[in-house]
Amino acid sequence: MGTVTLENVSKRFGGFTAVHPTSLHIPEGSFLTLLGPSGCGKTTTLRMIAGLLDPSDGEIFIKGKSVNNLPIYKRNLGIVFQNYALFPHKTIFENIAFGLKYRGVSKQETARRVRDVLDLVQLPHVADRYPKALSGGQQQRIALARAIVIEPDVLLLDEPLSALDANLREDMRVELKRIQHQIGITTVFVTHDQSEALAMSDEIVVMSAGRIEQQGQPEAVYNTPATEFVARFLGASNVLPATTQVMAAEDIQVETNHFGRLVLPRKRAPQIEGEGRSQLIVRAEKVHVEPAGQTMDGAISVPGRIEAVDYQGQAVRYFVRVGDTQLQALNMIKEHPFEEGAEVSVNVRGWDCTLLPEAAA
Amino acid sequence: MTVETREARQPIILLTPALSTIGLLLIVPLGFVVVYSFWLRTATGADQVGFFLDNWVESLTDPFYRDILLNTIKIALITTVVCALAGYPTAYFIARSNGNRLVLLLLLMLPFWISYIIRTMSWINILGVSGAFNWALMSVGLTSEPIQMLYNEATVILGLVHFLLPFMILNVYVSLEGIDRTLEDAACSLGANRWRAFLEVTLPLSLPGLAAGGLLCFVLGAGTYITPLVLGGPTDAMFANLVFEAIITQLNWPLGSALSLMLLVVLGAVVMVYNRYLGMTQLMKGLQ
Ligand SMILES: Nc1ncnc2c1ncn2[C@@H]1O[C@H](COP(=O)(O)OP(=O)(O)OP(=O)(O)O)[C@@H](O)[C@H]1O
Ligand SMILES: [Mg+2]
Repeated sequence: MGTVTLENVSKRFGGFTAVHPTSLHIPEGSFLTLLGPSGCGKTTTLRMIAGLLDPSDGEIFIKGKSVNNLPIYKRNLGIVFQNYALFPHKTIFENIAFGLKYRGVSKQETARRVRDVLDLVQLPHVADRYPKALSGGQQQRIALARAIVIEPDVLLLDEPLSALDANLREDMRVELKRIQHQIGITTVFVTHDQSEALAMSDEIVVMSAGRIEQQGQPEAVYNTPATEFVARFLGASNVLPATTQVMAAEDIQVETNHFGRLVLPRKRAPQIEGEGRSQLIVRAEKVHVEPAGQTMDGAISVPGRIEAVDYQGQAVRYFVRVGDTQLQALNMIKEHPFEEGAEVSVNVRGWDCTLLPEAAA
Repeated sequence: MTVETREARQPIILLTPALSTIGLLLIVPLGFVVVYSFWLRTATGADQVGFFLDNWVESLTDPFYRDILLNTIKIALITTVVCALAGYPTAYFIARSNGNRLVLLLLLMLPFWISYIIRTMSWINILGVSGAFNWALMSVGLTSEPIQMLYNEATVILGLVHFLLPFMILNVYVSLEGIDRTLEDAACSLGANRWRAFLEVTLPLSLPGLAAGGLLCFVLGAGTYITPLVLGGPTDAMFANLVFEAIITQLNWPLGSALSLMLLVVLGAVVMVYNRYLGMTQLMKGLQ
């Protein structure tokens, strides 16, 4: 098992910088997710750790040793590729035993370890089949088995669930996390799916355009986004202009056009240093839509009108107009959802909001 | 006519043009050849119509024909092996090069625009007594007299390789193109170096292409008479030359027919064996 450290690692393709200088430390046994939209450099970063790409600059350490000059086949990593990359001309047994062959593992030991890992991924009966004879989810498990049977120092996963359908994806998510936990392996996971990232990670690194936007535990990244980008990328957020007014020891008072004066705990505004213009982030599920005239404890209530309704079963997403702005609200349904055009009361609590400095741009 | 019967007939109607083309251009002439092979050429030079086994007995028992058939197979095999050894790395290089693949493939096709006979004759200008190579050797003083390099088995093989190499390269290229490159990455991540990864993953997965290219080289090589005619010596005749000789020079159509059917059966058997184990689909891929 091992740690992974990136020191000012960057990657340029010709004149284009896919990854700007990035530093990152992944502690022993932890599950770190690189999360970001398509083209933000997640795969590039992962491939540099894997040794499939040479960094243009900077240094990569695995288990504390620099691996810049170590070819991929000496790095002892387990990699699961997006398309699984199972060898089509080899049986499942041969696929899984492939890496053991290069580690001088004896025949009996190989047979035992392949059997054990097949039990671990809950596919004990497929050893003699060819990959083509397995379903997508099963191939996925075999790819994972092949990667972990060699007892790698680090496990690298590039969108391993994206080729599965929605239900299977959620099952595999739990499964993957269980296996990772059981063998306690340091894992770097790449995804553009925020719910996957939130559900599985010990630590999330949100990337955008080749840079790290924020790094932190799922709850911290979700509740206290460091930038507008993070706020918008992890679930729907409303971003409202605000003015910071009073900075107290525990609280901050802000003035908004839509909700008047709100009081936030200071820990919700770690980047605010003084009074002045700022941005208020309100998550869609923290905007509560109630019948007109009704108020909520501790919330500021303002009148609004429903402009669109996106029914989702147990929840509903409203697009509701407040003043000159359309807000998104994601609410559980109590009895019946509101109809389009309904006049409602829109409620927001100060302590549910996050405050960011006004965007530099 | 009911809808069902119309639908039942539709495949036949659609296949008619193709079937009649094959029938008229392939099956009927072949039938003529079969019939011819049982006629007999008389001393007067006229063909005697009938059912005689003389041509077949001669073709199958005369060791002269057997030896040349074996020699033909040997030359075709050597050519195939040389094409595989030279063609595989070339195809690999083209498949793995970034961007300029189309240009490289176009260059590969270029020779097809020049007649095969002219391409074969070009070796006379290169290796002949007054050819470029001898001229170069004499101008640097390595030899004072021109060396006779042409008209032996080696030049026949050289000419055949020149002719057949693109077929091999194209077939191998197509199969290499179809292999997912992350498979090699996966092999490397598991501990195989690049060369081992190639041997364990890419090579076995490209074998169908290699086999298809090999089949084409073998069959086309074994059936040719131009190359030995132009680049071979008197003892380098291949089987198709015998057919040529019998039909064009001796005007003995019955014997020529029997001989050509013999070659057809031998090459047909090779194709059958290939089809039995690898199927024709790979060959089709390479020809598209
Ligand atoms: N070999 C290459 N040559 C040139 N540009 C490249 C190369 N590989 C990646 N890029 C570019 O680098 C950027 C980052 O690519 P990368 O594959 O890391 O994105 P990603 O975050 O994995 O996206 P996705 O979610 O779509 O997989 C992209 O803009 C891509 O076009
Ligand atoms: Mg990617």
